[in-house]
Amino acid sequence: MRIIFKTDYMQDIRPWKDGYQLSLYLILLALAVAAPFLLDAFYLGELNNVLIWAIAGMGLMILTGHTGQASLGHAAFLALGCYSNIILMESGVPFMLAFPIAGIITGLVGVLIAIPALRLHGVYLAIATLALSILADDIIVLTAEWTGGVGGKYAPPVNVFGYNIDRWGTPDAFYWLTLGVAVIVTLGYINLLRAPLGRSFIAVRDSEVSAQAMGVDVARTKAISFGLSCMVTGWAGALMGLFAGAFNNETFSIIISIELLMMIVIGGLGSIHGAFLGAMVIGFLPQFLSLSKEWIGALTGTTISLPGMEFGVFGMILIAFILFEPMGMYGRWLKIRTYFELFPFYRKDMFKRQKSYLKTERLR
Amino acid sequence: MSLLNLENVTLRFGGLTAVDRLSFSVEKGEVFAIVGPNGAGKSTVFNLISRFYDPAEGSITFDGHDLLKSKPSGVAAYGVARTFQNIELFEHATVLQNLLVGRHRHRRSNLVSEIFFTPAVRKQEIQNRHYVEEIIDFLDLQPYRDKMIAGLPYGVRKVVEVGRALATDPKLLLLDEPASGLSVEETTDMRWWIDDIRRQMGITVLMVEHDMGLVSGVSDRVLAMADGAELALGTPQQVQSHPAVIEAYLGASA
Repeated sequence: MRIIFKTDYMQDIRPWKDGYQLSLYLILLALAVAAPFLLDAFYLGELNNVLIWAIAGMGLMILTGHTGQASLGHAAFLALGCYSNIILMESGVPFMLAFPIAGIITGLVGVLIAIPALRLHGVYLAIATLALSILADDIIVLTAEWTGGVGGKYAPPVNVFGYNIDRWGTPDAFYWLTLGVAVIVTLGYINLLRAPLGRSFIAVRDSEVSAQAMGVDVARTKAISFGLSCMVTGWAGALMGLFAGAFNNETFSIIISIELLMMIVIGGLGSIHGAFLGAMVIGFLPQFLSLSKEWIGALTGTTISLPGMEFGVFGMILIAFILFEPMGMYGRWLKIRTYFELFPFYRKDMFKRQKSYLKTERLR
Repeated sequence: MSLLNLENVTLRFGGLTAVDRLSFSVEKGEVFAIVGPNGAGKSTVFNLISRFYDPAEGSITFDGHDLLKSKPSGVAAYGVARTFQNIELFEHATVLQNLLVGRHRHRRSNLVSEIFFTPAVRKQEIQNRHYVEEIIDFLDLQPYRDKMIAGLPYGVRKVVEVGRALATDPKLLLLDEPASGLSVEETTDMRWWIDDIRRQMGITVLMVEHDMGLVSGVSDRVLAMADGAELALGTPQQVQSHPAVIEAYLGASA
């Protein structure tokens, strides 16, 4: 068990608790950077996919996990990021410029949508954003002139400072690009959470009335959160498009929105770790299922084909988490870690919620 | 000039008149208490000052500013902080984070500087922390600093809420039933704190409270309300012996 004596405010402001924790994260980063030398092309591709999902997950986590606003419309912002990146690149803007701009465009559109949409609360907001997901499909078909519509589009080659980055040709370089974006987004996210804006997000999530009484402009804070969320999601979308190589109006369907929301719930709402853990489940589950199908098939000498099994399993996992571990995988990990840190003094009810008290009658 | 001025304030919910032509003013540096039976409109007055409700008539001014022109989130910027009757803390955050949210009105950084966590943001964070630590010392909250609100006992939550309001560095502190649900001992603590808030910090206090011991112990003036209107206004002794107040509480005149 480690005991940290605090002698300086910076110890609480720094993102890491102590040197031990920092070294763990640095080792993780080093392993991530070295992954192309450690893994074969297939698993590197899978890891790349997980990282892209994790970026998208962080995008939604800002909004849902930290500001408390559910969205089922984030596939639309993935699409917007993807298409604006590709269209900018096709019109001759270099990738290093097109990529950030694609995110910013998505963020600004997000703010515009947020201003009316965030007047809604809870399930009504989810319904309104659900409509966005459905609309996105139609808008892509209607604007076929730019988006290619049903026929879709192919991602042009990416050129960074004269160096070609291609998903198939140079998978290592593409992986490092994704890793770079993931690291930058994570660092920005960490910084935001330890600054006043991040705290005001949490304030809005937990109690709008008292956030207001503390001088937090609730509508504005929600709009900023939505904008940031869409910006990060837009970047994830741009990477997703480049990763897939080809995409059309059906690539970013409502299913993706739902998967994204399920992912952060399974990973653990309200933590950056949750976005990554959830992305691993989303990324590896299909592979895991097809592998286990093969094993079972080899054992029993039959072939199993269950259409929709992936979603069935996914749904069951989600239900299991909501029932047994509402804090998600990250919450479970915290418990396991505490168990070992306090061994043998961990008590079963240590993380049990105490009963919460009455809240002031809602003013709206 | 008075710090807070309510003039002829009326609020109606449909046919119900919750606050009826209420006028009073709170002077700088005093502790002003509002008492009255349940449903008298005491908390509604607080919610009017916090701009959660728009009055049908009347004016509310604070420190020379017309509060009715401000947004709900703008009231804090003038230096009005409040607590809530049933505790409205940020449940899934630590005590420290809750108190730091109180510093929000002093935020000088912006979105971009916070994402890069520039040295200026770091300096501001250290200053905020320093201010909050003084409040933690003042209210004896040291053992709870890194605890989640969701696991704290009721009495501590009450104190954290007062602390969060103090962290805004207010001119006027609105306390909505600060002693409700507290033990006798905790109520005595609360009484000394309210006294110290006024004397040491120079903060004017406006409170709604049922505990007459606390009210007569700390307040300079008391306003008794019933059915949204003023019954009596004066020192605690004057109000307690006022025939209209006795009638409102006990039913018939003696």
